[in-house]
Amino acid sequence: MTPAIELVGIDKSFGAVHANRGVDLAVLPGSIHGIVGENGAGKSTLMSILYGFYEADAGEIRIGGKPVAIRSPADAIAHGIGMVHQHFMLVETLTVLENVILGAEGGTLLKAGAAKARAELTRLSDAYGLAIDPDALVSDLSVGLQQRVEILKALYRGADILILDEPTAVLTPPEADALFALLAQLKAQGRTVIFITHKLREIMAVTDRVSVMRRGEMVATLPTAETSPPALAELMVGRRVLLRVEKSPREPGEPVLEAIGIAVTDAKGVERLMDISLTVRAGEIVGIAGVAGNGQSELLEVLAGVIQPSHGAIRIAGELIPPHRRNPARLRELGLLHVPEDRLRMGLVPSFPAFESAALGFTGDPAFARPAPFGALFDRAAMVDHTRRLMDGFDVRPPDPWLRSSKFSGGNQQKLVLAREIERGPKVLLVGQPTRGVDIGAIEFIHRRLIALRDAGVGILLVSVELDEIMGLSDRILAMCGGRITGERRAEGTDAQDLGLLMGGVSEVAA
Amino acid sequence: MSAPIELPRWADVALVPAVSVVAAFIVAGLVVVGIGENPLTVTRILVTGSIGSADAIGFTLYYATNFIFTGLAVAVAFHAGLFNIGGEGQATLAGIGVSLACLNLPFLPAPLLIVAGILAGAAFGAVWALIPGWLQATRGSHVVITTIMFNFIAATLVVYLLVNVMGRAGSMSPETAEFPAASHIPSAREVLGALGIAQPSTPLNLSLALALAAAFGVWLLIYRSRLGYAIRTVGASPGAAIYAGISPGRIVMVAMAISGALAGGLAVNELMGAQHRMVLGFTAGYGFVGIAVALMGRSHPAGIVLAALLFGALYQGGAELAFETPTITRDMVVVIGGVLILFAGALEGLFRRLVARTLTVAAPRRAREA
Repeated sequence: MTPAIELVGIDKSFGAVHANRGVDLAVLPGSIHGIVGENGAGKSTLMSILYGFYEADAGEIRIGGKPVAIRSPADAIAHGIGMVHQHFMLVETLTVLENVILGAEGGTLLKAGAAKARAELTRLSDAYGLAIDPDALVSDLSVGLQQRVEILKALYRGADILILDEPTAVLTPPEADALFALLAQLKAQGRTVIFITHKLREIMAVTDRVSVMRRGEMVATLPTAETSPPALAELMVGRRVLLRVEKSPREPGEPVLEAIGIAVTDAKGVERLMDISLTVRAGEIVGIAGVAGNGQSELLEVLAGVIQPSHGAIRIAGELIPPHRRNPARLRELGLLHVPEDRLRMGLVPSFPAFESAALGFTGDPAFARPAPFGALFDRAAMVDHTRRLMDGFDVRPPDPWLRSSKFSGGNQQKLVLAREIERGPKVLLVGQPTRGVDIGAIEFIHRRLIALRDAGVGILLVSVELDEIMGLSDRILAMCGGRITGERRAEGTDAQDLGLLMGGVSEVAA
Repeated sequence: MSAPIELPRWADVALVPAVSVVAAFIVAGLVVVGIGENPLTVTRILVTGSIGSADAIGFTLYYATNFIFTGLAVAVAFHAGLFNIGGEGQATLAGIGVSLACLNLPFLPAPLLIVAGILAGAAFGAVWALIPGWLQATRGSHVVITTIMFNFIAATLVVYLLVNVMGRAGSMSPETAEFPAASHIPSAREVLGALGIAQPSTPLNLSLALALAAAFGVWLLIYRSRLGYAIRTVGASPGAAIYAGISPGRIVMVAMAISGALAGGLAVNELMGAQHRMVLGFTAGYGFVGIAVALMGRSHPAGIVLAALLFGALYQGGAELAFETPTITRDMVVVIGGVLILFAGALEGLFRRLVARTLTVAAPRRAREA
């Protein structure tokens, strides 16, 4: 069978970074083809070349056996390739219909094109049972539905080959199931799907074949049925990895962090958190399970003092924190440290060299200041030394304190942020998405450090959208939905189905 | 969805600005050809007019002093993520401060009166910039808008003051009385003359040293101090600033105040160094050119000093050019300056891409040969 898409010897460098090295890939028509690999393995670059964002330095793209030149997304669309990005490319203030015809309006005046598009859109959404109102504003749609609009957009432009980049990162488990059903349907109609993910479970569930990338090279392409998650993980990392974390039981100590009746209202007057009460004890990890956007981010930020609650009280180590002390700098002095969810927006300053990012929040440290009378100036040698020690302790690569923070891979950025906070000896550590965008090898390392910290008696509040991570690390799990805590479980007494129900808002009083 | 263009540091710092300037001069040369003049002759006049004699150099450096101050002012605000368009107004207010100090404290001995004048100028400039900063921090009013409006307020206010309050008695022109001699910042002629080096009389004065000291101070502040770290953090990532416990509102106000104080240096050079009284419109657009200087200098004090020298030379050489070549008017010189600003500022991205392409094409070739 002629492959629907064939990439031959694709090579691409960005300066000194060799992102793709002689990559070959053949995707069979009417199949779902998974591509896995660690962050920075070159998956996104490869797909960007296929979709015309970048041009390859060398190599050939063949569609249906014929070599083609794809120099822009317009070329890709013309060849029947559609892409659904991880971050949707939708105009929120426009309707579904307007978004779908955007860039394919078919004339200066909208009316004729819109009428034609409406008919086509209705046909497509009937054919795939998508149930989308073409006149709904995109901003009113749920994330799952917005993703369908993206898929519709690609289908409307006649895509036979659909590339999905980490499509499930933003979905609830039921939404992900619906997506998988849709993909199966597309496949049944003979369309080809390329599915990029780092979740091995999803690869196993939906793909027919899977390709593994590592350090810019394609290391294997296998029928999914002939492989297993551990085997794939080993191919991705190049060595054996522990997918599960070992941890021994530990009796928690005194409460180190207590939230009592916390409520948060955002700038638009929307209630983001309602009546949140929780306790984190010394030497335990409390996990917050929930689908992204259900208040976990606000919970972390309010506890860290980044945003202020409209109601409620916070105690650290038993001591009530008055409102004027609820700012990150003061809380830090009390031993409450914070690894934020979004390391690029909060955890570090991308344009700063690593040693400056490694001082974020701790610039008042006298060790970083020159002796009086120049105390307002930094002792940069001390800062660089400190950063070098952090990098050694957490295996940050490359161990170069002068390198710009944005130049480190996601995993190494995360290790730097973790190192900065952990090495200050927290009493309480708030951790948001510790392994988002982090490669498998680093995930294992980060998990072990968090467990070690718990064993040393630190109270940890863990927020993550990865249910496996919550279940693997936590001693106790709170599920959140719609800004409320919908249930509490002991880690050993629950499973994904049980938590999934709680995360979906099936609230109940007792566990 | 184009990725940000990453360049080696040397290319970023030296090559891209150099390419921009060369391109600007080529385009300006085409304009000169268009009006029927020989670009080589024009270039020669421009160069000799700006650096061809001690006299010319004096004027060039004098203009450059103004540009250093206003460029630094824009840069400090820019590091905090603010676009301070109000250099003109802040310098105008600083002029009022300078005049009040110089005219009302004549009993002070020379060095103290000069210091008092400088401090008054800086303070008035700082306050005038602080108000938009405060509005931005507390009310969310965008500083671009408010600083522009404050330029107009300052311009009208100073007319009123010079005509009705501070004007020289019995004079029709809107200017203050001459400042006492003790407030005059020593000119280059006096300073170098004392060292036995003969100098022609130019407006160049010791304010240049103050400007260079300010550039060094800004470098220390921005890149070496805790406050500068906070300013840069707020500018680069407000989220990270809040996370770190830095109050963006407070930093916005502090940065604007420093920015306004630096713009006040323009009043020091012009009024205490050169004109020795306050006249209407002494800011003469230097505040706006400071934006271009900061852009071209990439908001780094060293770059700003270099860009200020270039613009100073262009100002001085341009004046000579307008004088020597009848077809090239003052307006033509403004066109050349405009082209330079366009290429160094707005079109910088164009050359970044070009330079990046050239470098990446060259790099694999080197790698293959190796």
